[in-house]
Amino acid sequence: MERESSRKKFALKRLPLEEYFSPGHRGCQGCGITIAFRHILKAMGPNTVIAEATGCGQVISSPYPQSAWRVPWIHTAFENAAATAAGIEAAYKALMRKGRIAEERINVVALAGDGGTADIGLQALSGALERGHDLVFICYDNEAYMNTGIQRSGLTPFGASTTTSPAGRFSKGQSTWKKDMLAIVAAHRIPYVATASISHIRDLYEKVTKAVEARGPAYLHIFTTCPTGWRCPPDKSVEIARLAVETGVFNLFEIVEGQKRLTYKVSKRRPVDEYLKAQGRFRHLTDEDIAYIQKRLDEEYEELLGQSGGPVGGY
Amino acid sequence: MSRREGLEISAACAEAVALADVDVIAAYPITPQTHIVEHLARKVADGLLDAEYILAESEHSAMSCCIGSSAAGARTFTATAGPGLALMSEMLFVASGLRLPVVMALVNRTLSSPLSIWGDQSDVMSVRDCGWIVFFAENGQEVFDMTIQAFRIAEDERVLFPAMVCLDGFHLSHLVEPVEILDREEVDSFLPPYNPKYRLDPHNPTTMGAFAPPEFFSEIKKRQDEELRSSYHVILEVWGEWEKRFGRSYAPLSQYRSEDAEVILLMAGAFAGTARLAIDRLREKGLRVGLASLKLWRPFPREYLVDALGRAEVVCVVDRALSVGGAGGPIANELRAAFHDVADCPRVVSFVAGLSGRDIMVEGFMEMMEKALSYARDEEMPYYEMYGVRE
Repeated sequence: MERESSRKKFALKRLPLEEYFSPGHRGCQGCGITIAFRHILKAMGPNTVIAEATGCGQVISSPYPQSAWRVPWIHTAFENAAATAAGIEAAYKALMRKGRIAEERINVVALAGDGGTADIGLQALSGALERGHDLVFICYDNEAYMNTGIQRSGLTPFGASTTTSPAGRFSKGQSTWKKDMLAIVAAHRIPYVATASISHIRDLYEKVTKAVEARGPAYLHIFTTCPTGWRCPPDKSVEIARLAVETGVFNLFEIVEGQKRLTYKVSKRRPVDEYLKAQGRFRHLTDEDIAYIQKRLDEEYEELLGQSGGPVGGY
Repeated sequence: MSRREGLEISAACAEAVALADVDVIAAYPITPQTHIVEHLARKVADGLLDAEYILAESEHSAMSCCIGSSAAGARTFTATAGPGLALMSEMLFVASGLRLPVVMALVNRTLSSPLSIWGDQSDVMSVRDCGWIVFFAENGQEVFDMTIQAFRIAEDERVLFPAMVCLDGFHLSHLVEPVEILDREEVDSFLPPYNPKYRLDPHNPTTMGAFAPPEFFSEIKKRQDEELRSSYHVILEVWGEWEKRFGRSYAPLSQYRSEDAEVILLMAGAFAGTARLAIDRLREKGLRVGLASLKLWRPFPREYLVDALGRAEVVCVVDRALSVGGAGGPIANELRAAFHDVADCPRVVSFVAGLSGRDIMVEGFMEMMEKALSYARDEEMPYYEMYGVRE
């Protein structure tokens, strides 16, 4: 804990005072996305352009005639944040080369939720990564289609009850495991891939900086609590995100040029039921279900430890 | 100095794009558009065109790239055909709503199913209401001219709408014709660099594509419609300047022997070339017939059409698109609507023909015009007739 607090101090000291994501947006209380956006932009600075997919983060930040964005921002559709950002990146490249705008570093960012990344946006993401655009794709993962009313996505975790994967007499909620987006992205052999969480701001801040510095595509997958959809108290938002890391539900790591490294090692992982029982979406799970989830998480963590320091994905 | 050259029309289109000095091209290959993107790829590879060329993984992404690029302030081009247009259709509406002057060559191809790679105009008709300026070219020279004109018109501050130039798949895209290619100075003098007032610029942050609640949406849409319709005046102005500079005139309709015609054949695209021969043959037989080839589809030149076609007894519309389950060809129906409150207007007879690359011969056009006249005079008129179908 002592180490934790010293980290916090360090992070707070380093955080710029400027706010590029303004207060007054329409996020729910305890919304993890807005915590992520605020700190991503602090790390990136004002020379940043964002293409955002349809979703929670877009709807809460851009109700005409208001906007929470103090950097240039565009929304075009749901499935194409990566393609829109790719067009922006190509335009700057051409205009700078042809002397039509000043040469400078502009961070081009594609922003999408879990659905806009892993489901409907996967093709555009793959295309942009494969073509090697110099952009950062950021997935804010709140583990379901929250904006449209908590429908399941390919990143909804096993056992979560959503409005389209409801728990019931013949259902334990979501019947599938989270799609392994990090492995999919890493298989494109891009320079930088990382996970981050709103509970570990210094780690997030450093990863955003690295993603921006990488030449070529970078991918960040950020764990963002959704109290509304996860059925948990808004004031527990950050706490639950922290529990996800400390139980091994969501592990913090990065893959740099193919080398995987845990960036936050949990000395003693806490049991997963602490995490599950804090949220209404897992309320229906039996001890047996929880034991199954624990077993799979243990296996995944062992696998992750084995990979750490070694090559992964498509490398 | 301009030069006259025998060129495949797809190459003429690529020449125009290169002369427009586009900054970004984003496209996905699809028959019969492929020759355009191949020619452009070659130009970029050989250093003859300084542009970023995004080889998108789908048409949806290609149009999304175009939107991002245009929003960032770059002159942007794409090309597609049939099913590719259908896949990008969601983004066509977005490009127009965001008022981004992307230019597209649409190589008209039919929509599946059954699968067919051949040409007709069912693709463009499926996105009639997407808010783009739409031109129809009849030959290679028009493809070249209209492509350059499209950038100038789309980027005009009074317009700021995306524009597409339609050319018939294979019948135009793969045809070799003599085309007068303008030189760099001529194009530069006509087409100034694109310098948008609003673009994604970190030094002047803007929010584009905000979501509009119901209390704003209708107002924004009304303005979009009014401004697209008033782009008509800029189109005429730019065409006028084109004629002064380069000697070739453009109008919403290109008319042939229609002055005193009782029957006017109206259609869009390459087949109008064949139709001209049918007009001559029927004139020899003593029938007063003429042709009107539609060049501008959106904004819909309603008043121009009413004025130009209103004196005829019959307008025989040949649509190369079928409104399945509707009642008649799309151009015929819009013309009927245009005439609905005009007294003593012509009868509009609707034929659907030339689907999926099926040729219409001179005799076919002659027969349709004769039939149209007899439908109008003697018989009960069908909603529409599909011409040349085997029973």
